Amino acid sequence: MESLGIFIRSIFIDNMIFAYFLGMCSYLAVSKNVKTSFGLGVAVVFVLAITVPINYLLDEYVLSTGALAWLSPKFAGVNLDFLSFILFIAIIAAIVQILEMVVEKFTPALYSSLGIFLPLIAVNCAIMGASLFMQERDFTTVGQSLAYGLGSGIGWLLAIVGIAAIREKIRYSHIPKSLQGTGIAFILTGLMGIAFMSFLGITFK
Amino acid sequence: MNKNLELITAPLRKTNPVTVLILGICSALAVTAKLKPALVMGLSVTVVVALSNLVISLLRKGIPAKIRIIVQLIVVAALVILVDQVLKAFVYDVSKQLSVYVGLIITNCIVMGRLEAFAMANKPWESFLDGIGNGLGYALILVVVAFFRELFGSGTLLGFQVIPQGLYDFGYVNNGLMILPPMALIIIGVIMWLQKPEEDKK
Repeated sequence: MESLGIFIRSIFIDNMIFAYFLGMCSYLAVSKNVKTSFGLGVAVVFVLAITVPINYLLDEYVLSTGALAWLSPKFAGVNLDFLSFILFIAIIAAIVQILEMVVEKFTPALYSSLGIFLPLIAVNCAIMGASLFMQERDFTTVGQSLAYGLGSGIGWLLAIVGIAAIREKIRYSHIPKSLQGTGIAFILTGLMGIAFMSFLGITFK
Repeated sequence: MNKNLELITAPLRKTNPVTVLILGICSALAVTAKLKPALVMGLSVTVVVALSNLVISLLRKGIPAKIRIIVQLIVVAALVILVDQVLKAFVYDVSKQLSVYVGLIITNCIVMGRLEAFAMANKPWESFLDGIGNGLGYALILVVVAFFRELFGSGTLLGFQVIPQGLYDFGYVNNGLMILPPMALIIIGVIMWLQKPEEDKK
């Protein structure tokens, strides 16, 4: 039940884009039409749902204080926390590489539409951010971390598809010349963020 | 010499990484509710960009093109770990406020962008200067955004009360909206709006 709470919370309240500004670079660069942004969003959901639980296990059994105790009681006092940045990013880069190969092999159509953006997922802040937040929030089971990864991914997908739809329509509006393009996208995202804040205060017990 | 100077000054306005190239927004905005974390963050990013540019530029002939992303990530991650440890040791309270965003310097698009676009093709000294310039360009935007958010949101600057008590007695109220995350985006949007016509003139 708690996992469900985490899941819903990470979609709406702790939304990656609107609450933490994570993954803004690709969010702004790709959100010009709904189809491509949906593709990228799905890729992000995938990668998050895989990397967050893996990094959770890594954190639980290798990195945090006393995590190595299963290896030998001698290591009970070892704290490898400072290595987490480098190991997390290595895991993420490896998984993105594998995902890229799988997508290229099985769905060439999706691969050609995502083009250069798949490798960019490795340096998408949302992915790394989710792992770091996972570490900070002390989830107790793999299920919770999976719910968190999945929820954050879906929240990100929701945000990018939403802004892409708005940007498709806004092309026909009269925007001040110097605000066109990214400028208006920023302000739109801000307004969407304010709208999303109405979910604040919803709790799941 | 002039060319080197331009490497530092151009990213401050003309090719500003945040408002013109739209890089590094990710971690930029969440730390700008107060001025102090924004300053520390800007400084940390400057250090990381400059040093990673230098290291990658020194290594650039030895890195195979296929695995360059991984090599770059490892170099950047190592530098970020150093920065994180230094912050934890000397400014612990700020490092708590920045929380995960220090770690996110690794995936900051400015760092990767400069490595790919500049350090892989230029000499170490130029790359170092380019890194400093871009880091400062990023810090500049952070500080401007944080200045307005802290001034109007909490009535303070760097923690000191700036708006006089008299105004509050008169009925002035801090604008709570400025503290909330979405306002950072709107401020950046407005900065871009103001900056654009100036560029078109050039």
